[in-house]
Parts: sequence; structure tokens; C-alpha cells
Amino acid sequence: MSGTTTGAERVATIAVLVENEAGVLARVIGLFSGRGYNIDSLTVAPVDEEGRLSRITVVTRGTEMVIEQIKAQLDRLVPVHKVSDLTMEGPHLSRELALIKVIGRGDNRMEALRLADAFRARVVDATPESAVFEMTGAGEKIDAFIALMRPLGLAEVCRTGALAIARGVRSL
Amino acid sequence: MSAVTHPAPLADVQPLTGSQVVVAALKDQGVEVIFGYPGGAVLPLYDALFQQTDIRHILVRHEQAAVHAAEGYARSTGRVGVVLVTSGPGATNTVTGLTDALMDSVPIVCLTGQVPTHMIGNDAFQEADTVGITRPCTKHNYLVKDPADLARVLHEAFHVARSGRPGPVVVDLPKNILMGKAPYLAKAAFAPRSYNPAREPDPRRVEEAVELIARAERPIFYVGGGVINAGTEACVRLTELVRATGHPITLTLMGLGAYPASDPQFIGMLGMHGTYEANMAMYDCDVMVCIGARFDDRVTGRLDGFSPRSRKIHVDIDPSSINKNIKVDVPIVGDAERTLTAMLAAWQRQSNRIDRARTAGWWRQIDEWRKKDSLRFRQNGNGIKPQYAIQRLHALTRERDVYVTTDVGQHQMWAAQHFPFDKPLRWLTSGGLGTMGYGFPAALGVQIAHPEATVLCISGDASWVMNMQEMSTAMQYRLPVKTFILNNSYMGMVRQWQDFFHGNRHAESYMDSLPDFVKLAEAFGAVGLRATKPDEVDGVIEAALATRKPVIADIVVDRAENVYPMIPGGAAHNEIKLSPEEDDGPVKGEEGGMVLV
Repeated sequence: MSGTTTGAERVATIAVLVENEAGVLARVIGLFSGRGYNIDSLTVAPVDEEGRLSRITVVTRGTEMVIEQIKAQLDRLVPVHKVSDLTMEGPHLSRELALIKVIGRGDNRMEALRLADAFRARVVDATPESAVFEMTGAGEKIDAFIALMRPLGLAEVCRTGALAIARGVRSL
Repeated sequence: MSAVTHPAPLADVQPLTGSQVVVAALKDQGVEVIFGYPGGAVLPLYDALFQQTDIRHILVRHEQAAVHAAEGYARSTGRVGVVLVTSGPGATNTVTGLTDALMDSVPIVCLTGQVPTHMIGNDAFQEADTVGITRPCTKHNYLVKDPADLARVLHEAFHVARSGRPGPVVVDLPKNILMGKAPYLAKAAFAPRSYNPAREPDPRRVEEAVELIARAERPIFYVGGGVINAGTEACVRLTELVRATGHPITLTLMGLGAYPASDPQFIGMLGMHGTYEANMAMYDCDVMVCIGARFDDRVTGRLDGFSPRSRKIHVDIDPSSINKNIKVDVPIVGDAERTLTAMLAAWQRQSNRIDRARTAGWWRQIDEWRKKDSLRFRQNGNGIKPQYAIQRLHALTRERDVYVTTDVGQHQMWAAQHFPFDKPLRWLTSGGLGTMGYGFPAALGVQIAHPEATVLCISGDASWVMNMQEMSTAMQYRLPVKTFILNNSYMGMVRQWQDFFHGNRHAESYMDSLPDFVKLAEAFGAVGLRATKPDEVDGVIEAALATRKPVIADIVVDRAENVYPMIPGGAAHNEIKLSPEEDDGPVKGEEGGMVLV
């Protein structure tokens, strides 16, 4: 009897295996915008040898009924082969890649490099007054690192959004 | 692609053009009729159609009407309707029809022309981003950029349109693809890549559902157009199951005809303008068996007041229709015919019988509700009541093989209430999208599919003029569709809502300067008739039925008549309002319901 607007919201990390064809990403994104669903992040790339299949990882949030709808609606798209709710289907790993540019000299620069070392961020570019850090990890870890860089001259951030895969022998 | 790289049997060795491949694929799919309108980008395809005789082309006068005509053809036959239009405006004009077909689950394949691939994106003449525009209003769409894909895409388009929950599919065809060489792939050699909806229901769920149905004290079957889409066999199974249980059944607007309306177990249509007994039974039931319906807001009313004490079973081919608006207890994903067959088998296996004692109180209650006679109206005075005209239309055509289409508004609801159907595929109306202008072109599609049948278009003065250019099509193909315009010189349903919810202020709902419909018919070469008094109605109907020409019958009806019963927006089923003479005064909207349409 409960409507779609009642009940607690949860975050869902959904993996979608799709035909790698023109317009497939527009279909997925159009589905989310047309039906008023949220997208926290979305990543996509071909994943098989022939480049025939792409894997989309989408992080979304909603009530249980809305998340069920999202999965059913995704599954109904013609180029979609498989939909998996990693959040519900058991333990999974989630990783993100970020490139973070910090501009500064002197103590700030030293502090940024020291923190990067502590967070296992790699320095992938450096000039006397700037550094670009590459970092992979859970989203929260990247959030924490970015927060620390903010007072030290944080200039630019780019992030991939989450990639996720099930632990153990389960596979999509 | 040559025979060397793609040896037989996959590819045909004959050197075909893209247009010839399209025609071959259509024939392979059993297409007999196309509804369309030519233009620059599709001239090669029209040339190929011109040079064959298996597929008939029906020239409409506006591309929107092509889609509605194809819908009429599809919904009255159970087959896929096919549309062919040109690029740009041809394609954009189909958008309303495609959305209509999407909402009402009508299988359509719409072929659109496109500028040549090397010009796509250049803002060429008559270029539009057709796949972009139609992506949200189709079940799926394709832009064919490689001749090697052409035949496969066409077969897949038909497969997608007709399987699962049916719907419209667009195939966008650039002119150079139509003109270049392309290999053919026979339908028999085609295998779908990824879209294969499950059809068999989970047997444990079926068993569970049947146990619930057998134990119910206040059961109701709530059945929609999905059963009609599953085929006439599914409707036969439904009738068997409902009769085996002895339980009451209500049908949605789209489901009318799935179960015989003359059967005593049928308690009428449900929803905003459904019968009192159907809506009250939905509210008070303890077990609800929903088959092929989708808990649309016109059916449910206020969600938190929807059937609060029932266990709900939902059978649907489309998993995304289950638990969308209403949480159900027994979800069953499957084809309606197979699921109903399985349910019947389970009913017999469990040795269930009609348990009259168990449901006697429930039937007594339903009979009490029925006594309200909620569709009652009084044909008094000199004005024609629209309900009376529809009842006469039914009475005078009941011996015929009759199909009825409608437009959208008051006349549509009166037709649903007062024109009963005992067979499926006979009732065609725009339910989900509510498209004014649907009825007349849809009737033309029906008449093409059933040349000998009596095809009635029950319309309103406002709706009918939205696609009246199709009178030319009716004349060209000698389609004797009988249009009955219930003419109240208003957009009647808009006027009714303004009376109920907007202080009787008739903002733009008055149809000033209507044409003289009789002269209009004559201008097209058709027959025009008019009734202004109740005793003229039968004569006009008989005269309309007697001619082999298209007819416009202008039935001048009582302007003030409203559609009752009515569940106001944002109300629950048990808050249904009967007509003011029978009940507790005029319908008034709740503030929360006012925002609803």
C-alpha cells in the first residue's frame, strides 16, 4: 500500500552490462532523468575483448520501491544484458580514481606532499609550484584527502565515480 | 557485404538495395499494410513499394494519423502496425502517436526517413535528431548507419515491438542506406541479441495465488488490456478461470472486452468514472487479482486509500509494472495466457470448487451496491442525452460485427460505460496518453483490417476536428467509418472540471465557430446527418448504417450533462460521487487532489 515516496532511502551501487552501441548511454541517462531518479555517479567503458559489451556502474539512491523500479526499468532496455544490485547481493568492492591538482609553495606544498604520502596518493606531475596527485580508493577516503588539500591550495579535482565488483566467486 | 565474407544461408547473394531489403524484411514479417506519407528522404523506399503488390500502402493526410491508424490496425487484429514517414517534420509529427502507443502498449514499427549519413548533424534540409527525439517515446529505436545491419535491425524491431509488454519501435533510415547495396538476412536466420522477456510464470507463485483466490471471502479480479495483448486465447482462459471461481470481475478502460460484459459476474469498469459497485468492491475486497493492468492513477485514486485491507496478486509480463505504484503480495511475471492456463490447472489440481457459502455475503454486498444503478441517467425533455445516443447506437448495431473507437473526454467515458463488449479487440480508445484526435484515424486503421465490419467512431466536437483531415483518406480508400459526434459545443470534460474545481469559470473550453458537420461531410463527398431531438436518433443511426460511404453524424446533445459517477482527483474509491440527483450534492475537489490531472 505504500507509495513510492514513503520509506527510508538507501544508496544502491548497480552494475549494468550493456551492448556497446551508439546511444546506449543516452538511454540509461534518459531513463534516470525522465523518471526522476537520482544519479550520484556513473562510469562506463567497454569490458570485453571485442569491445562488444560495456559495463556501467551507477550509484543511485531512493526508497526500496524506487530502487526496485530502477533495476526493472534498466533491465527492460533492449541493449541491456544484465543488471546487478551490488549493494543488495552481498559484499562488494568499490573503488574510485581521482586526479587532484594542488598549487602552492613552501610549507603548504610540503604538507600536501606529506599527506599524499600518508594517503598513498601518487605524485604523477610536479612543478616547483604545483603537484597532481593520483589516488584510488573508496569514495570516503578520496573525500577525506580532498578536504585536507582544500586549505593547502586545492586547485582542481576530477573523479571517475565509483567502480564496483562483487567479492568472491560471484560475477556478473 | 558480399557472399564471400558472409556465406549463405546468413546472407542472400542477390544484390539488393537497402530499400529492397526493407521491403523484403516487411514481407518476411508478414506485413500486409503500411500507413504512411512520402517525402524526400524516403523516396527510394516508396519507389520499391511501388514496384511490388504484396504490401498495400495507405496514404494518410498527416503523419500523426498514420500512427493512430496503425494503432487501430494493430489493436483490432493483434498484429504489428507499420508506419512509414519521411525525415524531419514527418518524423516529428509521429511523436504523439508513438507516445500514445507506448502508454497503451500497442505494437508499432515506425520507419522514418533520414538525411544521408554524411549529412547527419549538419542541420540539413528536413533533418531532425529522430532517435534523440523519439528515445523517450518508443520502446526502442534504431538509426541504421551500416547497410549490413539493416535486415537484422528490422527483424529485431518487430521482435521488440511485439514481445514482452508491446510498444512502438522507430527505425531511422538514412537515404544513402536505402539507396546503397545491402545484404538480406531472412527472418528465420535472425536471433535476438539481448531482449527475451520471460513468459513462463513461477509455478510456486501461481500455486500461492490460486490458494489465496480459493480462500478469499471478498475477492475481485481486476483485469486490464494486458490480457487482450496476450491474445484472444488469453481472454478465453480468463473467462474460464473467472467462471470457475465464481468471483466478481472488473475491467479497466483498456481491458473492456477481455471478459463478456453481459456476464453477471462482470461488475463494470472501475476507476475515476467506473461503476459504484466496481470501485466499492476494489476498496473492500480481501483478495485482489490484478492481471495485465498497471495500477494507473485513474484506477487507484489516492494511493494511501487504495484497497487498504486486501492481499494483492499481480500478474504482468513487465517486471517494471509490478510494485511501481502499489506494493503487492504475490508478484507473478509472465505472459497472461500462460499464467491463466497455469492458474486454471492449479485451481483444478487443488480440487477447488465455487464456494458460494464463502462469498455469499460479498455477493449480497455487491448486489446492494449495484442497486445504486450508478450509470443511471434520465432521457427527458427535448434534448438528447449523450448516454441515450450511445445506448441506441449499441442497440441498433448489436447484431453486427462491430468495432468502436473513441476520442478523449466525456464521450469516451460515456461510451465505455454504455457500450458493452462481449469480445476483445473491439474497443479502441486512447487510455494512457488521452490523445484527442485518436479516434477517427484509428477507426480507419480498423476498417482497413476489417473491410466488412461496422466501424464506429464515437467522438466529441472538440476531439474530432483534431484529425478531421483524414476524411480525405476515408474517401480515397472508400472506408465507410461511421463517426458519431456527440456535439455539446464544449470541450466537455474540461468544462466539467472547470465546473467542479474552478468555480464554473469556463476558460477557453467553449468551442466557438464549430463547422457545420453535415456540410463538412458533404464537402468531402461523404454523408452528413444530424439529430437534434431524441426521436431523431434512431433514424440517423439507421441511415448511417445503411450507406456504404463514410458518415459524419452530428448528434446535438444536452450541453450541461456531466459524467458520473466520479472519483475526484486525490480521493479514494469509497469517496466516489454519484450524480447530484442521487447523492449528496456536487463534486468538489480536495486541495491535495487539485494538483492532479
